[in-house]
Amino acid sequence: MSTTAIDRQWTTRVRKRIAGTFPPEKVLPDTQPAYVASWIYVFGVLTLAALALVIATGVALAIMGPTWWHVSGVGHFLNSLHLWSVEVFFFAMVVHLWGKYFMAAWRGGRALTWITGGVTFLTSIATAFTGYLSQTNFDSQWIATQAKDGINATGAGAFFNVLNLGQMLMWHITLLPLAAAALTALHVILVRKRGVVPPFADEPREGGK
Amino acid sequence: MGATHVRFAAIVNLNTPGHYLHWGVIQISYGNAIVVGLMVLAFVAALVIPFPKHRDEEVE
Repeated sequence: MSTTAIDRQWTTRVRKRIAGTFPPEKVLPDTQPAYVASWIYVFGVLTLAALALVIATGVALAIMGPTWWHVSGVGHFLNSLHLWSVEVFFFAMVVHLWGKYFMAAWRGGRALTWITGGVTFLTSIATAFTGYLSQTNFDSQWIATQAKDGINATGAGAFFNVLNLGQMLMWHITLLPLAAAALTALHVILVRKRGVVPPFADEPREGGK
Repeated sequence: MGATHVRFAAIVNLNTPGHYLHWGVIQISYGNAIVVGLMVLAFVAALVIPFPKHRDEEVE
């Protein structure tokens, strides 16, 4: 096969594109800019760590089923770990969001990074909501009956029935986590591609002293 | 296990109707208000608390 033919192959073109956009030192950097040495930059990775724990405990709960935690001490512990890692996840994500908002982190061609972060936040809320509906207790029944009218008013009730435990559980353990994980991966890839947003330039404002 | 439940139950009694803050059109449970307050606290602390440096960075 000639060199030209090899260069035209889709595998060659994709490989070159990936190698050009994401060189190894960019994907797994050994140093960061000096301005990253601030606690506010820790909350993004804290969100990722919490997400890893959410997924790990969720997988363990999925093996034994949604009612296991009612009748098992280990199940109760894992269920609590699942809940509290979600609490940490949202706590860290909101502080991360505030930090990036006040940094105007969409600057420098980072709009897609900002958008994927925002959409991941909304997807996570939907995932948490279906999680509360999957508790198989009075709390989940209460939340479902309170939510149904609001959801139906939007028209989404036609295909998203909060009173249907099976449907909500499947959304919670397959569709929404897959979307949240994929969006998170895309978000991190974009952060690695564009780098962490630098601080505002320390310049006097126009008309200021 | 029962004793553990009793011990933790004594800290916060959740077996009651929720307590809410009312501020004009805003209505928020004490639990949520506390979490929002803690997030604001963490945000401010992250901005003002100095980040630890490596020893080799301090030498420079």
